[in-house]
Amino acid sequence: MTPGRSGEQAQFAASLHAMLADAEVPAAARRWAAGDRAPGLAVWRALATLGVTALAVPERDGGLGAGFADLVVACEELGHHAVPGPVAESVAAVPVLLAALPADAAAGDLTGGDLAGGDLASDDLAGAELPARNWPAPWLAGLAAGDLIATAAMPPWLPWAVDTGAAGLVLLAADGTVRIAAPGARYRSVDPGRSLSQVTGGQLLARGPAVAAAIARALDAGTLACAAQLLGAGRALLEASVRHAGQRTQFGRPIGAFQAVKHQLADVAIGLEFAGPLLDVAAATLDGDDEHVARDVSAAKVACTDAARRAARTALQVHGAIGYTEEHDLHLWLLKVRALAGAWGSQAEHRARVMAAISVSAEGAGQDQGVETPAARQPVAGQPAAGQAAAGEPAWS
Amino acid sequence: MRLSGGPGEPAGESSPFRAEVRDWLRAHVPARPLASVDTAEGFAAHREWEHELAAARLSVVSWPVAYGGRGAPLLDWLVFEEEYYAAAAPVRVGQNGLFLLAPTLFAHGTAEQLDRVLPSMATADEVWAQAWSEPDAGSDLAAIRATATAADGGWLLSGTKMWSSRAAFADKAFGLFRSEPGARRHRGLTYLMFDLRAEGVTVRPIRQLGGRTGFAEIFLDQVFVPAADVIGEPGDGWRVAMSTASHERGMSLRSPGRFSAAAARLVELWRQAGGQDDTALRDRVVDAWIGARAYRLHTHATAARLAAGGSLGAESSLGKVFWSELDVALHETALDLLGPRAELASPDVDVDQGRWLDGYLFSLAGPIYAGTNEIQRTVIAERLLGLPR
Repeated sequence: MTPGRSGEQAQFAASLHAMLADAEVPAAARRWAAGDRAPGLAVWRALATLGVTALAVPERDGGLGAGFADLVVACEELGHHAVPGPVAESVAAVPVLLAALPADAAAGDLTGGDLAGGDLASDDLAGAELPARNWPAPWLAGLAAGDLIATAAMPPWLPWAVDTGAAGLVLLAADGTVRIAAPGARYRSVDPGRSLSQVTGGQLLARGPAVAAAIARALDAGTLACAAQLLGAGRALLEASVRHAGQRTQFGRPIGAFQAVKHQLADVAIGLEFAGPLLDVAAATLDGDDEHVARDVSAAKVACTDAARRAARTALQVHGAIGYTEEHDLHLWLLKVRALAGAWGSQAEHRARVMAAISVSAEGAGQDQGVETPAARQPVAGQPAAGQAAAGEPAWS
Repeated sequence: MRLSGGPGEPAGESSPFRAEVRDWLRAHVPARPLASVDTAEGFAAHREWEHELAAARLSVVSWPVAYGGRGAPLLDWLVFEEEYYAAAAPVRVGQNGLFLLAPTLFAHGTAEQLDRVLPSMATADEVWAQAWSEPDAGSDLAAIRATATAADGGWLLSGTKMWSSRAAFADKAFGLFRSEPGARRHRGLTYLMFDLRAEGVTVRPIRQLGGRTGFAEIFLDQVFVPAADVIGEPGDGWRVAMSTASHERGMSLRSPGRFSAAAARLVELWRQAGGQDDTALRDRVVDAWIGARAYRLHTHATAARLAAGGSLGAESSLGKVFWSELDVALHETALDLLGPRAELASPDVDVDQGRWLDGYLFSLAGPIYAGTNEIQRTVIAERLLGLPR
């Protein structure tokens, strides 16, 4: 269990894992990449049944109003199984954006006519009706129920909208405005399960300073969800590598018995282990709408990306040539990690954001003091000594 | 739906205990650093400092009251550590006893041993050195050759112990000895405490990288140890020692306060010395800060798990590799930021009283001591990941 997570969160992750493990997600991802989204959309409906698509939707709109702490648990599991589709967009960023829009920001009621065009009425989503009035409530309800998949372009971090073909709602959110987006040219991603669409802004939905704040929050939410996917994908790559290294025999022994292999995989485990708490604390910070949101979300994205990339490189090396094939499922994770590593802000942008936050003052440079976890407040029964400080000097042995 | 729990949410600085520690340290930490703990004068000064800490009941806050502590929860120990490092307080001269021997005694010692050993350890009236390694038993600790031979009322110790931290000036030491002739590897070992001033003990200080004598070689020639100084059962020393090894690698050897404080100083150094367009150095500063924060969050979560009744096993190896590599990277980044000034090692002119350079030289030892990082990675691979042996 991930350090710091509750038993309920572990159970939630376990039930998602069990469902996805049975859902033949790699096969669905391959068909998604080939243009047949039906099996993948079935996975999305199953996720909706378990509440995943409702997590970020407020209760008043038919959602669960869950916190980001729970959202990252879900997104990590989606990354763990390389679920195809606009995960960070539809599960996190778009519902957060719509829910955060101020009530008076709407540019006007929408009619069905305004929404015509583009890919909005997806053939893949039978029953998904376009909301005509009192937006965004019907969209939020649709997202929560799993009847609607949404995506968005949010330049400059997200210059293209991913998977518009699967989405019943495509938004363009930038410069303090939110618009319905019309997808244009479509590009292939390095991840065959993702397609990238250029979009042009259509019907104006909302604008103003408060809208800019809502967009900023949606970007942080999507970045956090993307980081969680990366961490989950990294875990899957480590698990696959450990399995392969235990089975593949060379020189008469499983290759996992060689230290050169062991130590690489140990480093992967270390990277993933210490990225986890950064992800979870960023979720807690975002839940609290804390002043440290930018710092913590970016730190999580940096650490999860680095950990996932190390997992991917090592997984390929440990698998050898078979890992370098399309035949082996490993490529689904390898290429998704590469795609997500640059999505939702580059490593350089996120490191710059962290530095901007921590270097504003001598005080800001410090670490937060006083992390408190309720469970840690009780004395350690029968375990009185944690030992004491080790200042400055080595304890050789 | 809102699943309860979540990670260590930053909860501000409201703890009364934190305030007490901070205030006390502000009033008592020497303005100028004490002389090096690896000199006779400095060792005495550090022992004196420990007396002050103990008088304020701050030397062993998580220990029971009877032994000089406060019976405080593990979290308070982490709080103490964070404040201690943030205040740049002196090195803990008794650290080997405090965080290696004491946890072993709590787990395996008799009531008589606890009563006899712990109070004087808490006040540093007795300072303990460790005596694990031998010339031919380093990473391969089970290759120990030093012997304990049964004698009237106790044991006679003979052999050589190596790389014994603090042994040059400490009072007592603890380690493993082969007590069953012919027993191989981890069998037939006994965990013993012994007096460094006893007849038959010769200590030869070893000058380390950087010139100090932080460790020593110990020669033992028929040194008598009473039976009361065996910890656990004779012959069961390996199992007893492994509980200590886990402490050394994980929670208790390196509290996150050390890295949090160093990362904060690094960011401040960047503010003063960093070129705003040097994104390569900027990224290293950021990564060091992120690493220190990750280690802190992870440690707090682990402390919460232990407080809830969990235990710490092979996963302590994850932390050992992480903090030791973080420490090197953090200090190398600081020295690179200092440019040519980083080389200065004279007390009159060096930067920040030499703390970056000293810290760097010290950090280089981290991947080696407390079980080399190679040993740790093997432990992670075999015991956590389940790779074949």
